[in-house]
Amino acid sequence: MTTTPSLVPYEEALARYEPVLGVETHIELGTASKMFCGCATTFGAPPNTQVCPVCLGLPGSLPVTNRAAIEGIIKIGLALNCRIVEWCRFARKNYFYPDMPKNYQISQYDEPLCVDGYLEVEVDGETYRVEIERVHMEEDTGKSLHVGGATGRIHGADHSLVDYNRAGIPLVEIVTKPITATGDRAPLVARAYATELRELVRALGVSDVRMEEGSMRCDINVSLMPRGAAEWGTRTETKNVNSLRSVERAVRHEIERQAGVLDAGGRIVQETRHFHEDTGTTTSGRSKEEAQDYRYFPEPDLVPMAPSREWVEELRATLPELPAARRRRVQAEWGLSDLELRDVVNAGALDLIEDTVKAGAAPGPARKWWMNELSRRATEQGVELSALPITPEQVARIQALIDEGSLNDKLARQVFEGVLAGEGGPDEVVAARGLKVVSDEGELAAIVDQVIADNAAAADKVRAGKVAAAGALVGAVMKATRGQADAARARELILERLGAS
Amino acid sequence: MSNERAAGGAAPGAASTGSAITRDEVAHLARLSRLALGEDELGHFAAQLDEIISAVARVQQVAAQDIPPTSHALPITNVFRPDEVRPSLAPEQALAEAPAAEEQRFRVPRILGEEA
Repeated sequence: MTTTPSLVPYEEALARYEPVLGVETHIELGTASKMFCGCATTFGAPPNTQVCPVCLGLPGSLPVTNRAAIEGIIKIGLALNCRIVEWCRFARKNYFYPDMPKNYQISQYDEPLCVDGYLEVEVDGETYRVEIERVHMEEDTGKSLHVGGATGRIHGADHSLVDYNRAGIPLVEIVTKPITATGDRAPLVARAYATELRELVRALGVSDVRMEEGSMRCDINVSLMPRGAAEWGTRTETKNVNSLRSVERAVRHEIERQAGVLDAGGRIVQETRHFHEDTGTTTSGRSKEEAQDYRYFPEPDLVPMAPSREWVEELRATLPELPAARRRRVQAEWGLSDLELRDVVNAGALDLIEDTVKAGAAPGPARKWWMNELSRRATEQGVELSALPITPEQVARIQALIDEGSLNDKLARQVFEGVLAGEGGPDEVVAARGLKVVSDEGELAAIVDQVIADNAAAADKVRAGKVAAAGALVGAVMKATRGQADAARARELILERLGAS
Repeated sequence: MSNERAAGGAAPGAASTGSAITRDEVAHLARLSRLALGEDELGHFAAQLDEIISAVARVQQVAAQDIPPTSHALPITNVFRPDEVRPSLAPEQALAEAPAAEEQRFRVPRILGEEA
């Protein structure tokens, strides 16, 4: 069966096999209270401090559905172009595992709330439409700490410790239809889908979608079939892939691994696999060959949901501008090329630049400061651009000082430095560091005269019509004023005095 | 919509009406329920379960095609509560009845072994 055949290099695997993908994404909604009870949902609270009889499954307790969670999932469904069904029920998913104290999870089975949608993603300028099979509502599980094993993993553990703070937090599951015909871009399409989905949900404001904190988690299905084959291969499901980069790596690794198994004449076992962040590989989890029997049945403790069309349309009307539309608008408004737009998006600078523009700066300078000066400093410090201690309003203020002529770019860089160093806002830094373009006309004129006298040779060239030589004189003025002169005005004065204007 | 309702949540393990419950089905259910049944008990319960299912199945004799299966006794939908936080239990209360606790968490026996 499954010995461990070697991996087939990616390009080689793709030359012989065609991948089919599927992605199941779990997103924790950012409601204040849990799905079926009033417990708080604060991340990182001390263990078992946000639990009650309902989410602990104590006898006699009954769940009541959180309206905000249902509104949240309907918004997600609408943003994913889904149909919101007119009637559906919750279902009990029964299983023996201590992460749910009730011994079942309230979920949805064959009546998901949202069905048949799609999300378009772009990879290398090409658009892929990822079809959405279903979006359903369920509750999250508790968190287990495995004790006694060598690595904190469940395998080899002696016992486990369970914290039920997370049990019962509203969880939305989004399932794609099989994603085909992505060829060698399969890993990139999977990553682009996860990225776009995260942006979309973040824009809706219904979840903080932090993969590192587990509020968004992806399970990746991959199967391979020989090129030209009509029938799909057996798929594996790689669980809990917890970063966008890992989504791409997990797909890539499964393609290489499965190609190795198939090349060696083996067969792929339908199973759950675990992704290892450190090595970028997957290992076998429990086999699904013995099909899980969850004995789903309609949840008797919760009445059916029948979202009225009026309610759905009300929710549709609250949808904000979605990321794809926003990117198109911004690209047009700011006059960006596709590549420039992609750089801005990848740098995580879209919000920051847009807020800077809203605060009064022109798009060009706003983009310039965030993408050059500030990106460089963020990279130096190893932090996200948005984590720099400077606000879009402050950036806009600095640009306003440039626009009114009291700062030049060189001085502005010193202001950025001061603000980032915690010396205060732009105006405070300007005042404290004495950064001001020399705008006193008489003072500047005196310096210009002195510079002309000191640089007779260059001055003669300008007099002789070599206007380009004025650059050296402007440089000398800037040096004499330690960068605080208005270079353009200095140049005017120089040319005027040398009769070249 | 009636199709969606009719789809119901019929568990794969449940037997369809008309066919007798087999020992294998009882063994499967017992395993899912974590019940250790002996060989003699399998046959014993198969017969009993068959009688129960047959009795319940009689309801189908009066159920016409146009009557959707009923999962809830109350004809109401959309019962929601506002998203408001209410006090939780104190951890001591939550853990009071736990057979074992450690580090303010519920301590449970080894998980893998029966499922891996």
